[in-house]
Amino acid sequence: MSGITPSQTVGPYFAYGLTPTGRYAWKDTFTNNLVAAASSGEHIRIEGRVFDGDGAPITDCMLEIWQADARGQYASPADGGGSPTNASFVGFGRVGTDQAGAYRFETIKPGAVPGPDGDTQAPHIVVAVFGRGMLRQSYTRIYFADEAGNATDPVLALVPADRRDTLIASRRVEDGHVVYTFDIRMQGERETVFFEV
Amino acid sequence: MTRIYPVESLSAFPPRLSPGYRSTPKRGPTKPLIIMRHTLSELTGPVYGHDGIAPGDNDLTGHGKGDPIGERIIVHGRVLDEDGRPVANSLVEIWQANACGRYIHVVDQHPAPIDPNFTGAGRAVTDHNGYYRFVTIKPGAYPWGNHHNAWRPAHIHFSVFGHAFVSRLVTQMYFPGDPLFPFDPIFNSVTDEAARNRMISAFDLDHTVPEWALAYRFDIVLRGRNQTPMEK
Repeated sequence: MSGITPSQTVGPYFAYGLTPTGRYAWKDTFTNNLVAAASSGEHIRIEGRVFDGDGAPITDCMLEIWQADARGQYASPADGGGSPTNASFVGFGRVGTDQAGAYRFETIKPGAVPGPDGDTQAPHIVVAVFGRGMLRQSYTRIYFADEAGNATDPVLALVPADRRDTLIASRRVEDGHVVYTFDIRMQGERETVFFEV
Repeated sequence: MTRIYPVESLSAFPPRLSPGYRSTPKRGPTKPLIIMRHTLSELTGPVYGHDGIAPGDNDLTGHGKGDPIGERIIVHGRVLDEDGRPVANSLVEIWQANACGRYIHVVDQHPAPIDPNFTGAGRAVTDHNGYYRFVTIKPGAYPWGNHHNAWRPAHIHFSVFGHAFVSRLVTQMYFPGDPLFPFDPIFNSVTDEAARNRMISAFDLDHTVPEWALAYRFDIVLRGRNQTPMEK
């Protein structure tokens, strides 16, 4: 048994502390908009809904995402971060789902990043799902439907072929803006793939 | 220095499915999780500087026009990794009910008074020793409808970042000697007693400020340790 502090649910009342946007005068630490004026790369929107085992929308869910910049570099000391390249792109976002279980992020399409064996991972975003009724976060990944690199991605290769599509966001262009849709199903026939990390 | 995050350490965490907590059965994955080695995506994480925190963000008694009602307390401690080393410059965010056990959140309909001088939200960034400190109000217990006569023990929600996306922790800090512990399915979702007790703060007479506020100590241990040469 390790000595780490156990996880507990984020509960239904996290908004005042973690996603106060617009509720009262309190500056958000992180929001669903990752794009700064100086961020380079393709501006994209990612949107979707989160569903429970009954197929009902989860309206009190919190999602956090973490991603590389357009060049495939993370703004983290463990990836040489803090360089001028990505000082303008923090790469971390947070949002609560709304009354329809819906969320959206405005961000930059990430670049490919190194894999564990000197190979390359297709562009992706890592996601942590928190919520009432969730005693610990669940981890998944967003991949992009228009990326040829998905075919050789070492993590996607671990996923049974008939479940891979749950990790791939579909792409459309809406009013000149690139929008990806990524729904998260906690359970059910099309349950989203989650990772033990 | 290479940090590793053994998944074995997660044995201290509660299971995703914990039927005593009735919201869990429909909200956790039921298919097997995919086992994978950590990549750069899991081993990196955001950096949050002191710039984003305003002075006073860690004093929850100073966010209203007047003083909030209730017992003023100091909650402080260190954020550490599994080797016991401090996690410096780490964002610590908290939220909690007021002294009457009521959250200001619109979803909370518990018939206890809202305190207009208390939002219950605070944040701090750890110093080079991993140390943080809050001044707040001792939260009240509250009913939550999970089962007949269900009451949550008094608690403060904590959100903490470590060095990596996988060291991220959301937890709850409890107060020593709470008579509600045996009856709370969320607290008891952590099945190991020693692990459960790590969520309970310690009364800290040494850091009590005489004539002003009692203190509670809460050290937080995140995933992550040094890779030893043996393992290379």
